[in-house]
Amino acid sequence: MSAAQVGVVLVSHSADVAAAVVELAKGLAGGGGGVPIAAAGGAADGGLGTSSELISAAAASVDRGAGVAVLVDLGSAVLTMKALLAEGDELPVGTRLVDAPFLEGAVAAVVTASAGGDIDAVEAAAAEAYGYRKQ
Amino acid sequence: MLDAEFFLRWLARSKDLIDQQAGHLTELDSAIGDADHGSNLQRGFTAVLAALERDSPTTPGAVLTLAGRQLISTVGGASGPLYGTLLRRTGKALGDAVEVTPQQFGDALRAGVAAVAQLGGAQPGDKTMVDALEPAAAALDGTSGAFAAAREAAAKGARETVPMVARKGRASYLGERSAGHEDPGAASSALIVAALADGAEGIR
Repeated sequence: MSAAQVGVVLVSHSADVAAAVVELAKGLAGGGGGVPIAAAGGAADGGLGTSSELISAAAASVDRGAGVAVLVDLGSAVLTMKALLAEGDELPVGTRLVDAPFLEGAVAAVVTASAGGDIDAVEAAAAEAYGYRKQ
Repeated sequence: MLDAEFFLRWLARSKDLIDQQAGHLTELDSAIGDADHGSNLQRGFTAVLAALERDSPTTPGAVLTLAGRQLISTVGGASGPLYGTLLRRTGKALGDAVEVTPQQFGDALRAGVAAVAQLGGAQPGDKTMVDALEPAAAALDGTSGAFAAAREAAAKGARETVPMVARKGRASYLGERSAGHEDPGAASSALIVAALADGAEGIR
């Protein structure tokens, strides 16, 4: 078990969606067990879209030195996060874009982080959520 | 030779053309996208011009990296990180030189276009900005008339997206229904390349 918990950032085109999925993930993870988690939803003006500033601020706010797993919804959220990673100095060291379904991956990430999993374990659990078929 | 002044002129002219065509770009985007391409780019380029005014970068590379950074942080839609990456990567490829040759700029722009294609996972024929940018960058071979040729190549590339079926971005969800509409990203790319040719008039 690592000393500090992995941080989780949820990036959605909608501020409401990002905030709601944070609540859902915490709720299903038994309150989240103190996992640092932040929402980065919507564009800078509050409308639908992606804000690189909100993402950077959210990642900084959940960084405890154990890495930050960032889950994104679609389109510009994916591209903005990739562009921020390419910048090199916009995100805390150890920040990763996790390739996972947004909601299911968020729940898996928060549960795993709350159990003390490291960034690799958090990423693997979130990505594994793609394998859960509903039919 | 191309100096910082040249690149400032390019970006200012880009903003002018985007302002003039914002309605048209948004109209194209309302057919197959989410109807915000014109306004998103207007917001982005307004921020670019303000930042250039404020920081007054003095090399071509610094002008383009600052502009790219502004687009990534202010646009809010996919065109922000895409155009932002185009300008930043092009600017990084130009390094610290105070002046660059048209040939060097062509090489740098090709690196920028490759970075955009990689970021979006798009190839020519996918009905994206790459369809206008790639032929334009290819035309910039350092010869006289290359800027005008790039303008023509970008415009042609944008027109050729009309019959294509989108394979990237929101338009791809429409499948066959995306055919028959010009791609808004290719259209705005053609404008930005046209602004480049406008700025290059009189330069040899």
